[in-house]
Amino acid sequence: MTVHTKGSGTTWVGRSIRRLEDPSLVTGRGRFTADLPATHWVRFVRSSVAAGTIEKVSAPEGAGIVTARDLTKLKPIRPMLSKFNYVAVGQPILADGVVRFTGESIAAVYAPSKDKAEDIADQVEVEIAEGTPLIDSMDALADNAPLVHADTKHNVIVEGRIATPGFEDIWKTAHQVLRVEARSRRQNATPMEARAGHAAYDSATGRVTLTCTTQMPHLTRTAVCDILGIPESELRVVAPDVGGGFGQKMSLAPEYVLLVWLARKLSSSVAWTEDRRENLIASFHSRDQHVQLEGAFDAKGKLLALRGDIVANIGAYSCFPTTCGVEPLMALAELPGPYDVRAYDCRSRGVMTNTCPMAPYRGVSRPVITFVLERLMDKAAAAFGIEPTELRRRNLIDKFPYTSATGLVFDDGSYKETMEMAIKAIDLDAFRKRQKTARDAGRYLGIGIATFSERTGYGSPAFAARGMEITPGFETVYLTIDPSGFVEARIGSSPHGQGLRTSLAQIIADEIGIDPEFIKVVHGDTDRAPYGWGTFASRSLVLSGGASLLAAQKIRAKLLKMASHLLEAAPEDITLQSGSAHVIGTDRSVTIASMARAAYHQAHIFKGEIEPGLTETGTYDPSGTFSNACHVAIVEVDIETGRVEMEKFLVAEDAGLIINPMIADGQVHGGVAQGIGNALLEEIIYDETGNILTSTLADFLPPTTHEIPEIELHHIETLTGNSITKAKGLGEGGAIGAPAAVISAINDALSPFGVSIDEMPATPQRIRAALRNSGKLPNTLPSTGRLA
Amino acid sequence: MKPAPFTRHVPRTVDEVVSALAEFAPLDGRILAGGQSLVPIMAFRMARPAHLIDINEVEGLDRLAVDGDYLSIGARVRHGAFHKPVIDGPLGKLLAFVVSHIAHYPIRMRGTFCGSLAHADPASEWCLVAATLDAQLVVKSVRGDRIVDVTDFLEGIMSTSLAEDEFLAEARLPLLPDDTKFGFYEFSRRAGDFAMSAALVTYRLVDGVITDACVGIGGAEDRARRIPEAENVLNGQAPSPELFVAAGEAAATAIEPLEDAQTTAEYRRDLVRAVTRRALERSTQ
Ligand SMILES: Cc1cc2nc3c(=O)[nH]c(=O)nc-3n(C[C@H](O)[C@H](O)[C@H](O)COP(=O)(O)OP(=O)(O)OC[C@H]3O[C@@H](n4cnc5c(N)ncnc54)[C@H](O)[C@@H]3O)c2cc1C
Repeated sequence: MTVHTKGSGTTWVGRSIRRLEDPSLVTGRGRFTADLPATHWVRFVRSSVAAGTIEKVSAPEGAGIVTARDLTKLKPIRPMLSKFNYVAVGQPILADGVVRFTGESIAAVYAPSKDKAEDIADQVEVEIAEGTPLIDSMDALADNAPLVHADTKHNVIVEGRIATPGFEDIWKTAHQVLRVEARSRRQNATPMEARAGHAAYDSATGRVTLTCTTQMPHLTRTAVCDILGIPESELRVVAPDVGGGFGQKMSLAPEYVLLVWLARKLSSSVAWTEDRRENLIASFHSRDQHVQLEGAFDAKGKLLALRGDIVANIGAYSCFPTTCGVEPLMALAELPGPYDVRAYDCRSRGVMTNTCPMAPYRGVSRPVITFVLERLMDKAAAAFGIEPTELRRRNLIDKFPYTSATGLVFDDGSYKETMEMAIKAIDLDAFRKRQKTARDAGRYLGIGIATFSERTGYGSPAFAARGMEITPGFETVYLTIDPSGFVEARIGSSPHGQGLRTSLAQIIADEIGIDPEFIKVVHGDTDRAPYGWGTFASRSLVLSGGASLLAAQKIRAKLLKMASHLLEAAPEDITLQSGSAHVIGTDRSVTIASMARAAYHQAHIFKGEIEPGLTETGTYDPSGTFSNACHVAIVEVDIETGRVEMEKFLVAEDAGLIINPMIADGQVHGGVAQGIGNALLEEIIYDETGNILTSTLADFLPPTTHEIPEIELHHIETLTGNSITKAKGLGEGGAIGAPAAVISAINDALSPFGVSIDEMPATPQRIRAALRNSGKLPNTLPSTGRLA
Repeated sequence: MKPAPFTRHVPRTVDEVVSALAEFAPLDGRILAGGQSLVPIMAFRMARPAHLIDINEVEGLDRLAVDGDYLSIGARVRHGAFHKPVIDGPLGKLLAFVVSHIAHYPIRMRGTFCGSLAHADPASEWCLVAATLDAQLVVKSVRGDRIVDVTDFLEGIMSTSLAEDEFLAEARLPLLPDDTKFGFYEFSRRAGDFAMSAALVTYRLVDGVITDACVGIGGAEDRARRIPEAENVLNGQAPSPELFVAAGEAAATAIEPLEDAQTTAEYRRDLVRAVTRRALERSTQ
């Protein structure tokens, strides 16, 4: 393994330059979908019950209203997997006779303003014969459970199993078996900007422009056109500034299909802005999993075998394009995490219920499986009477490439090194002393460690392994230097706030010798950008960065060739720097701007030896790379109320070469904040009738700045051969490790009581109930001053 | 999240307020004060008043002054007015300490003290203050004025004894003797969230023993109120950690806990036990 420390500062890569996208965003000049004016505003009439059949929909006289009856020519949303016993189910754009979750759209009304549309929607009367809703996945699996979709058996829509040969023989040799049954409750990704769409019909061309807050403009175009049965040339999809997505905006919103259909029908512009209540009940949910995990260890605490059973509650429909397989199958493939274990037997199922459909959310399954696996490792450490870090030391992978029991190939990483770095930075021994003193005084501090891998930047082969009909992967970049000498990189990825315009400009700048401020990264417009997959799975920097580098290398070669003509020097003797080509060791130079002008306007001077114009294309489709990190949380648990106070959070992380350290740190900070919310606060709660009790931000509780402690970051940069920029992805890691670290810290704090908190979020109610049931609560209580 | 249509009326005097209420209350009219509770529920269309009588331009209602032995708080006085002690002595300090627990800064700059009482959220800090300190409320209508004890005013979850045509013009908090000790503690999930339980205690020490103990609990029952069982434990005793534990236990036993999907009665009692004891501990700091 090579450990690389950041360079001398002469390159753009590696520098914390300010984000090029920020001036407009921080001065209120960003351009968001909801800013656009429209002739008609749409409001969706949503089901107030979780299951039933629609008997009647009646609207006031003269109201503009659309129901499923108007949409008979539209195909349902029907994503497909060719493997894992997947059952294809269709989702109609508006509920067609049957409602399957609270919040499902039954009708769309439109009016000249948002307020009027809401007034009309208010007067639409819907009569539904209520059925028996299934809310919990375990109930849905029961023998006599009703079916959410008739085609499934026991509501199982996808089921995978991996069993390594000879599993039972290895299992039998175990010295000790430990077991965890864990529950990760349901969440909503809660992007700052909820969903919004605007569809405008152009009567001159007959085309529609759909502006929407999506992570996947091209896939949105493909999906909408397939459903409407129109050529893709009839639709332009634009994702302007997007206020966060975290996965929620990568799945197709049926609402957007309706908008395009309606804009065509009315030959006009129509818009919809989702409100927070709709977002919380009817956008997409995530994380709802039930995991049983057993680990067989030898006498030295080495993990020999893992046996798991995963049930993901995927809701009422399957999301497009990934399908609902994304959660259970990711869990199945990646459950062993960063630990060396050769024997593995796991079953993973996606189960349908009458709840809001699931979509990927930052981390996808890994926040859950990391939490469960780390619970197992902590329990094993306790059983062996050693520090949790020591148990991990005995099990973390350290030889690369490493092929896992599920066939994943891990490239160079620093699993042990990041953990040792974190232990040192947090000073584990000093903490243990402090913990003991505090305990003697009746205060309960705990430390939690989570080590994990983050599979990032994977191309089409990895997705093909899942049998996806739509197999994402490659990215393409068109790089142009225009006659004025300015650079435009048109990318297929579609950032939603993560600073990609800046990071890509840094990569390109180093290659072509032009400063980032002259490089514009264009994205989020299907008329301007090459077909691409958008932003998800910590892929954009690796894939668009790789494609940018490839395109920039071609531009560089061409510039050198041109300069060699003009300066009459060999290309090897020429450098590109600060906007000019220089002959090394001489004062001879030519500006890149003048070469660009010549490429278009004086093409003849190159005597046919160099093609006119200055545009190159790069396409990148790698196998993928693994980032890794160790997260450490220090908490104090108030045993009287069950409240958890975050004292400190530390991350030692390795995402390969860091392009822009400030942006990278920002990604980790944001992910950790979401992970803390995941561990302690955020929970979508349904009552038994299928009604959502957490439909406002007063009930669904994302953390605020008050709940997020200081986050200390450390980096190791392991340079991988699996990414041509040497950068690995790190968009999700913060959210993957933090929940496990926080839960581990809570359990460490509460170890004197012998309780095991195996459910997220660990609310004060749950913690207090566990403590009460332990029967070990002390009679003397700590004084409050320090807890206040 | 757009409210149903309504008509807004903007009276300039208290007389105009009460006559507007008399006229529009039967037509589903309501007072609009700071709007920090009413406007959100209108946005959800859980409330659909046809008329709003906006008191934000009414003269004199922003009066905050001592009249004899009480502090008068007019209907336009915002939470933010209490950020710094409004008067010398324990009452000003108490209000300044409590106010920082209400919502977030922007909300405190709009929401009103009287609006909180009229809204009667069981977890409202001002309802707890009013209940603990035995506030009196000045209620006006075209039918005349009346002065109501807080115990007769707060009736239950978001329910008061105000008639539909009545306006809460002013709240009166008795001044506290200079040697009054107080302590406040609240438990909420996140900073600024409504309390899941809160306790406010005041008492005096005479010859080393507690007298005039007032123990108020909010957020735990359908309304904020004093808990005599806890006060009885305290009165006549010297403050001590054991005494405070006993008072917490008495409060936890005495309440009729609110329950919801996440919060059992048992947990609510746990919180009341803790917040009561901690409020008492703070009173000694
Ligand atoms: C995010 C958020 C968090 C909050 N957190 C807290 C908290 O922690 N603690 C807390 O106590 N509050 C909290 N609040 C509520 C806030 O304090 C409100 O300001 C307060 O409850 C109501 O005061 P208002 O002046 O805004 O009343 P409005 O919203 O204008 O009115 C509320 C109700 O009272 C009636 N009303 C108002 N004034 C009068 C009057 N003088 N006479 C008769 N009827 C009247 C109105 O008709 C209406 O029905 C929070 C609010 C928000 C949005």
